[in-house]
Amino acid sequence: MNAIRMLAVTLAIAFAGAAHAGEEKVKLKDGPGLDKVRQNCIACHSLDYIPLNSPFLDEKGWEAVVTKMVKAFGAPIKPEDQKPIADYLARYYGKR
Amino acid sequence: MNPRRRFLAGLAAPALSSLALPALARIWQPAELPEGAEAVLDRLDGKVPLIKRAYRPPNFETPIDYFREPITRNDAFFVRYHLASIPRVDAKTWRLKVGGEAARQKLEFDLAQLRKEFQSVDLVAVCQCSGNRRGMFSPHVQGVEWGVGAMGNARWTGIRLRDLLQKAGVADNAVEVAFDGADGPAIEATPDFIKSIPVERALDENTLIAFEMNGKPLPHWNGFPARLVVAGWTGTYWMKHLTSIDVRSQPQGGFWMNPAYRIPAHAFPAVEPFKTQANPQTQPITDMVVNSLVTSIQDGQRVKKGQMVDVAGVAWDGGRGIRDVEVSTDDGRSWTLALLGKDLGRYSFRTFSHRFRVGEEAPVVRVRAYNTRGDTQVEKLIFNPAGYHHNVVQRIRLEVV
Repeated sequence: MNAIRMLAVTLAIAFAGAAHAGEEKVKLKDGPGLDKVRQNCIACHSLDYIPLNSPFLDEKGWEAVVTKMVKAFGAPIKPEDQKPIADYLARYYGKR
Repeated sequence: MNPRRRFLAGLAAPALSSLALPALARIWQPAELPEGAEAVLDRLDGKVPLIKRAYRPPNFETPIDYFREPITRNDAFFVRYHLASIPRVDAKTWRLKVGGEAARQKLEFDLAQLRKEFQSVDLVAVCQCSGNRRGMFSPHVQGVEWGVGAMGNARWTGIRLRDLLQKAGVADNAVEVAFDGADGPAIEATPDFIKSIPVERALDENTLIAFEMNGKPLPHWNGFPARLVVAGWTGTYWMKHLTSIDVRSQPQGGFWMNPAYRIPAHAFPAVEPFKTQANPQTQPITDMVVNSLVTSIQDGQRVKKGQMVDVAGVAWDGGRGIRDVEVSTDDGRSWTLALLGKDLGRYSFRTFSHRFRVGEEAPVVRVRAYNTRGDTQVEKLIFNPAGYHHNVVQRIRLEVV
């Protein structure tokens, strides 16, 4: 991520974060990969989008979601971060 | 599927205790939602507490109690956004641009000009999210897991889109008219939310640019200062914070027209086509299917033998208008016509009611609406991967005590 992109994301968080207070109440389960989830997801959406869909997505489903975020929505997630994010989501919010 | 209702757990919480909540703030929840996914009542500024499905972009649903009236209050009207950058639009500096390669000229208007130069019209119409009731799909599908309240009915006041387009001039080769709003993505790489409708629908007298909702300026969260009203069609086309209108000679090819908001071709035979966007596999979602919602009783409610019970609610469709609502209290063995409330127009909710006495047997209430063409609700869900057009006949079991 270059400096301009970083600035854009930071501004996006600051701007969108003003849209609704309350999302700080959303707590995700602690575990490996949570830091990468936080870094990469909150620029565009609150974290409650994760549990919202968790009962319905298995490992493949979560991988497809991460791919969709990158390919369809342009999320600037580094390739090496995509698997840890999908793994975290599947492990803690995957269909059992 | 075994949907269950959870009663509001947070009522005693200090943050909410002082707010005026409906007596029974029932939150419909899809079964099997884990910890953290449970919807809570929370409030956006200017709104009563609504069912929070997601904070940002905000997706907040209207509790069922507000549908006991045919017109949905502005401060209880549902909120649905796709993208998180939502500016507070200043009505003084807001401008609406009209143009596109199939427009004869480019025009720009401020709010005062639009109100002055075009005839004011109003219309009562249902705005329903395409994915309303998605949370009730079985098997579950991905998306915002809405219950029954991603909809509302309001009197919209504004001008006809047709009048504006005729002023700009629509060229003979126009096929679609596309719309953009002031809200947009949080990062540049995300496709902006742009929606397009067939030119015939854009020129329909019931497609409006609304400035007011129930006699008041549009709430911020419902598209201030101007939004599109595509009466009869699902909410995805009702562009909020409208800023530009693009008269097109080619189909709009953005993400939000394809692959988003698609239904399988031929799955819903009653809905309107969208020829310039259809392909052999899919077409965009268009008009709403016939539907109804019972608001007076809920599944599992206890009643006494001999007691009179009201089955009441609202029915609506994509604009042909509701002709009849039938009620069964014996799980579909026999049906009776319900009384219909005042007709507020063919795009509006139509209220209905039916009173019956509880007998020996536990009543199982079912309700189905018919529009003026004879279309009705389905007994079995027409599954589709995006979770649209859920209009399965409700089944409400009452317990006799």
